[in-house]
Amino acid sequence: MAVVELRGVELKYHTLEGEVTALKNINLAVEPEEFLCIVGPSGCGKSTLLSLIAGLLKPTAGEVLLAGEPVHGPNSKVGYMLQQDYLYEWRTILDNALLGLEIKRKKTAAAVAEVKQMLQDYGLGGFERYYPRQLSGGMRQRVALIRTLAVQPMVLLLDEPFSALDYQNRLAVGEEVVRILRERRKTVVMVTHDIAEAVSMASRVIVMTPRPGTIKSEHHIAMCEDGLTPLQRREHPSFREYFTAIWKELNTDAQ
Amino acid sequence: MRNDYSPEHRAYLRRIKIRQAVIRAAQVLLLVGIFALWEIAARQGWINAFIFSHPSRIWAAATRLAGQGELWKHLGWTVGETVIGFTLGTLLGIIIAVILWWSDFVSRVLDPYIVVLESIPKVALGPIFVVWLGTTITAVVAMTISVSVIVTIMMMHNGFKEVDPNKIMLARTFGATKGQILTKVIIPASVPTMIAALKVNVGLSLVGTIVGEFLASKAGLGYLIIYGGQVFNMSLVMASVLLLAVVSVILYFLVAKLEERVVRGRDH
Repeated sequence: MAVVELRGVELKYHTLEGEVTALKNINLAVEPEEFLCIVGPSGCGKSTLLSLIAGLLKPTAGEVLLAGEPVHGPNSKVGYMLQQDYLYEWRTILDNALLGLEIKRKKTAAAVAEVKQMLQDYGLGGFERYYPRQLSGGMRQRVALIRTLAVQPMVLLLDEPFSALDYQNRLAVGEEVVRILRERRKTVVMVTHDIAEAVSMASRVIVMTPRPGTIKSEHHIAMCEDGLTPLQRREHPSFREYFTAIWKELNTDAQ
Repeated sequence: MRNDYSPEHRAYLRRIKIRQAVIRAAQVLLLVGIFALWEIAARQGWINAFIFSHPSRIWAAATRLAGQGELWKHLGWTVGETVIGFTLGTLLGIIIAVILWWSDFVSRVLDPYIVVLESIPKVALGPIFVVWLGTTITAVVAMTISVSVIVTIMMMHNGFKEVDPNKIMLARTFGATKGQILTKVIIPASVPTMIAALKVNVGLSLVGTIVGEFLASKAGLGYLIIYGGQVFNMSLVMASVLLLAVVSVILYFLVAKLEERVVRGRDH
């Protein structure tokens, strides 16, 4: 069964100037352990799509299902990573990582121990009592990932999670995040406008049209079966082919 | 100073230290100079000592009051009324700001009224409090609260509204309720605004208390100033004003200390 399923989803915004159709007729199924990337021009409703899956927005038409159940509001099945880490500067690293558990009232001793273990495993041991401003961008992003994983979501939604980092860090953190998510066998839906990032990480890439956003095409990335890391994939001979194919599709929309 | 610094760096550090010492010395000298000039001018008859008083007389007036135990009583009243009014005004302001944040409807309805209340000089309300509450400490505290509460509401409400929407969004992705967003995001994110409001309120509360004491009190520095003015005891008036300056500096300093403790460790 699909972990995430969207059936005929449509979303309209209402403003004083009128009505905007952000998404139209979206049909999509994400299988377990799949790494789905959504690429598209700015303003095509990519992030809106994630908000729908997360239950932060309600579709105007159609329905969103998580593990076969309709979504009504935010729920524990999804973990959402935003464009920046948005760590709370008044909380220590440990307390930031525990935020989700605290909000869901699941901050048990066992859960805290597990978060501490994750901090340890992902190179943040000894930083528990530090404050966010004392950490580098890459470290902060890892804390954000741990904060998301702490509530044990089935699906992770990543909204351009590396866009706030410089290029060098972006590659390094991307490499790490992919490794962590694979180890934990998570299903992932990631939004990005960076084609190379999508091709180097995803098992499937979906290309969207400009507003109103619809699904234009999808690409199965065959090399995902080889278990290559994102950096190794960038070296792979087929990388360029996927890149060019997706780039061309996006480019026709731009003209 | 560490020894492994280069001579240039040590010279640089020394230059900065010397400059700071010079500034501090000039500040002290300015104060001493003014008081010395004042004293000499009064004694030489350049200014009328009866109207202007002078430092040694002021000192004598202050020590006389202190000797009678009066000084501490008046000081205690003023500080007490200020602290009570300041605390209540700040708390009330924060509570109302939370209500405005909670309900956009209430906030929009009340907006013009708050703007009008803010623009009224609050001291004009003094006589009303005296009539309603009598010449009591309650009237003085009411005056103090009225001076600080509106500005607290406006500062805190603006602070709440300026909290990064993405930080709120993050809490919402975990399914946070409105109450949780308030306690886990809005309030902690607004601590610097709260400190800023406290700093503003220290000064305002003192204004409120002194005006309140002018109108409705038989004790406190405000009362001493009015009384001294009425009986032409300018030394008493000046002594009270100087004490007031000391009180306000101490209160401000305490808030600044609080800020240091609270804000340590976080970004701002």
